[in-house]
Amino acid sequence: MEPLISPSNCGGACASSDHLSRRTLLKWGGAAGIAWLTPLSQLLAREAESAPRGRPARSVIILWMAGGPSQLETFDPHPTSPIAHGSRAIATSLRGVQLGEGMPRLAEVMSEVTLVRSVVSKEADHERAVYNMKTGYRPSSTVVHPSVGAIVCHELDDAGMDLPRHISILPDQWPARGGYLGGRFDAFQVQDPKGPIQDVANPAPKERLEKRMRDLGVVEEAFGRGRPAGLDPQTTLHQVTLARATRLMGSDQLAAFDVNQAPASQRAAYGDTPFGRGCLAALRLVERGVRCVEITLDGWDTHVNNHDLQRKKIGILDPAFAALIRDLKERGLLESTLVLCGGEFGRTPKLNPLEGRDHWPYGFSVALAGGGFRAGHVHGSTDPAGEKREPQEEVQVEDLHATLLHGLGIRPGKELKTPVGRPLALSDGRVLRALLKT
Amino acid sequence: MKPWMRNSLFLLCGLVLAALVAGRWLRREPFRQPRIDVGAASASASIQAAAARVDAAFASEWKRAGVTPTASASDLTVARRLSLALTGTIPSMEEIRALEQVPPTERLAWWRAHLLEDRRSSDYLAERLARIAVGVENGPFIVYRRHRLVSWLSEQLHSNRPYDQLVRELISAEGIWTSRPQVNFVTVTVDQNNDQEGPDEQKLAARVSRAFLGLRIDCVQCHDDFFGDRWKQRDFHQLAAFFACAEMSMTGVRDDAAKSYEYRFLGKDSKEPVVPRVPFNAGLLPADGPLRQRLAGWVTHPDNRPFARTLVNRAWALLFNRPLHQPIDGIPLDGPFHPVMEILADDAVQHGFDLQRLIRVIASTHVFRAESRSEDAGHPVTAEQERAFASFPLTRLRPEQVAGAILQSANLRTLDADSAVFVRVVRYFQQNDFVKRFGDIGEDEFNGFGGTIPQRLVMMNGELVRERTKEDLMMNAATRIGVVSPNDEVAVETAYLAVLSRRPTPAEQRHFVAALQIDSGTGRSARMEDLYWTLLNSTEFSWNH
Repeated sequence: MEPLISPSNCGGACASSDHLSRRTLLKWGGAAGIAWLTPLSQLLAREAESAPRGRPARSVIILWMAGGPSQLETFDPHPTSPIAHGSRAIATSLRGVQLGEGMPRLAEVMSEVTLVRSVVSKEADHERAVYNMKTGYRPSSTVVHPSVGAIVCHELDDAGMDLPRHISILPDQWPARGGYLGGRFDAFQVQDPKGPIQDVANPAPKERLEKRMRDLGVVEEAFGRGRPAGLDPQTTLHQVTLARATRLMGSDQLAAFDVNQAPASQRAAYGDTPFGRGCLAALRLVERGVRCVEITLDGWDTHVNNHDLQRKKIGILDPAFAALIRDLKERGLLESTLVLCGGEFGRTPKLNPLEGRDHWPYGFSVALAGGGFRAGHVHGSTDPAGEKREPQEEVQVEDLHATLLHGLGIRPGKELKTPVGRPLALSDGRVLRALLKT
Repeated sequence: MKPWMRNSLFLLCGLVLAALVAGRWLRREPFRQPRIDVGAASASASIQAAAARVDAAFASEWKRAGVTPTASASDLTVARRLSLALTGTIPSMEEIRALEQVPPTERLAWWRAHLLEDRRSSDYLAERLARIAVGVENGPFIVYRRHRLVSWLSEQLHSNRPYDQLVRELISAEGIWTSRPQVNFVTVTVDQNNDQEGPDEQKLAARVSRAFLGLRIDCVQCHDDFFGDRWKQRDFHQLAAFFACAEMSMTGVRDDAAKSYEYRFLGKDSKEPVVPRVPFNAGLLPADGPLRQRLAGWVTHPDNRPFARTLVNRAWALLFNRPLHQPIDGIPLDGPFHPVMEILADDAVQHGFDLQRLIRVIASTHVFRAESRSEDAGHPVTAEQERAFASFPLTRLRPEQVAGAILQSANLRTLDADSAVFVRVVRYFQQNDFVKRFGDIGEDEFNGFGGTIPQRLVMMNGELVRERTKEDLMMNAATRIGVVSPNDEVAVETAYLAVLSRRPTPAEQRHFVAALQIDSGTGRSARMEDLYWTLLNSTEFSWNH
């Protein structure tokens, strides 16, 4: 069994990762002794410039708006244009910036938010677009790319964590995956944190579980005899994962999931909804050192009766998102945590005959907060008439990803080998400096 | 009639009915008889001869490398391996009892025949093959029906249609995705946003080269090969050009010879027309016919060795859970090849790409029967032995195999098409839900990753294991075994057979018989549940060995 990421072992048919790394360039340049005269100096300068300023974020919280929220009713209203079709907007704490009328709480904390109103993708089918937004790559028939959370867990080490480091709360059918990094980077899936976490508690009383574990030792011993690797940890990992699973089952860190331990006023601020509780759990989990939490709010796919359905979802999102930003800020965690709110695409400027809006990947919105992003900034704009498919200051999905990774202190161009030996960059995009703090 | 009388009458009727059902259930003939004639099942001499050639090649490899093979595993261990490979689940108690009625020398041949005739095998193999051919995505909803493709594949495999014919249909079929299910191989690549563009030539070229030729020509999709000069970017796109003719029309996928393929190569300013050309063995390309048919003819040509080698590598991986050549879809064009790869590829070509024969040959070898452990506990099996297939490799079961095995272990009878509809429905939902929670590994991957923590949690605390082991006389074998076994020794042995497909060691027997007898305040059914839970959570259960 070959290791996933093997150093300089070009086993595959095409492997370029080792050819031109920054370090080898540096070596050659140093030998030449005139590095400052060569394009190398520019290269190094660019590299230095692109290094994150201050300390990079350590965690990421993704508020996943499954189905594709309407930018016109949320982050990018055009209340005076016919494409509003009656949707209204409200002023925010940022001068000249409006939000959809259902977002008064978020409006108050807009000075902490970076709004990107010009995201453009090439995918308008749910499954493909979700893949694209979660991984930064378009779906491929030959490799499954890891989502942001999996990359963060892969790239940043954590010792002493009993909790899973990558968590998906209220997952829909396409939760974040580890892709070629392997199943152990898949998001750990949990439902509404109102109740106990699924599968973590053994239904048997403690003594009975202990007896079962002792019995298990008898079967393990019989099986291990004469077998390699004595079921050695490197081979099967069975006993290692069993031990870690048992540790998690008994860990006091699990309390982070239990939102009922939070003060009632705090719970009320997030809203009495599964999504609100998910956001509160995300805060508590990030406080405990979890790397990535994805919380899904489903139901934005409003092909029929757009305004009413969007309004309901916005009513759930607004308090939770605003409370999350406030609490992270209060606890001094906003700089070390990156929050992203968005879905797989936006919705059409025109209403269809059923008063719904359809899929629209040509200029939709993503809201970001913390993690070194430029707070109180709005990037890009869409056509108020809803005709043009090219927004101003267009942001490609891959560039958004590269910028996210950059904010997390991860070099987007870093190449990893897939299990088949093919080198792949963590992201193919460019870091968008305009979105970052100067 | 007074309400209390009505209620009592209703209750009484219910009780009588329940007693009748339970009585029938308990009195059932415990095991069906073997359905297959032993004489007819004995393997042909030709299969044995091919298996012997494979064994001889391994023997000389081991001699050269200085590794010693392990002893032969028990019939039940081998039966478990084959059952997992072909049906995705473990043998049922019913099957184990039937197997043990067959004379020892005939047993494994009978078992191979039994499984290959079983509809479960073609269904399972069809799903595995579909993963190779089209992956696991739902695909473009309007023009793609994955389940139709899987049922079609299952039909083909069940009738043992030659593999080359099957692949030719996938590559070149025309028609509607619903009535001609093989067309879905092409339509899965249609870009839903832009269905005027038709199927995606590049995706199809990548699939064909990986799935059927064991080559990763798609590595040069964007640039020439960095190592050596084997592949050029042009090779990939010339292969893709064969699919340019495939167009979507009112009558489904149709070939339109007028369509051509254009691509902008690295370093060029504009797109240029690309002429269809195969990257090697150009002499094997049929001169006439529509482009996709010519490509299909070339891919599956008996002299086009990569096709035969890839089939062999995939069949080997199916049975051993580890391919002969790693990675499974990266077999070098010019070798070096494992000698066994060549022996089996020759055999496959000679016998017209008969997949069932190939499976029989591999399953008849001594290599397939090798123990995964050494008899000398002081000198356990080494990594070298495992690598050389001198011992059966220890590999993790696939999620659907774990789910299938849990469900089968909870039933003493075989869960198959004959099972009650209710049992099958429950099985379908439980299996899918479990695989979702356990984490589907997607396409046919053999990556050697160890298990994950959520997987252990699902096994230890999850609903499926709890539901299938708790006290339930009607649905769960754990309870039934506890109730119908004449004594604790039989109960422990039966549980071991049903879950681990083996008998307990004397030490295990003693331990668990004693555990069943200790009255720790829990009932006997709870103690049987504990036994089942323990066996299901062992390494042995979750691994192929």
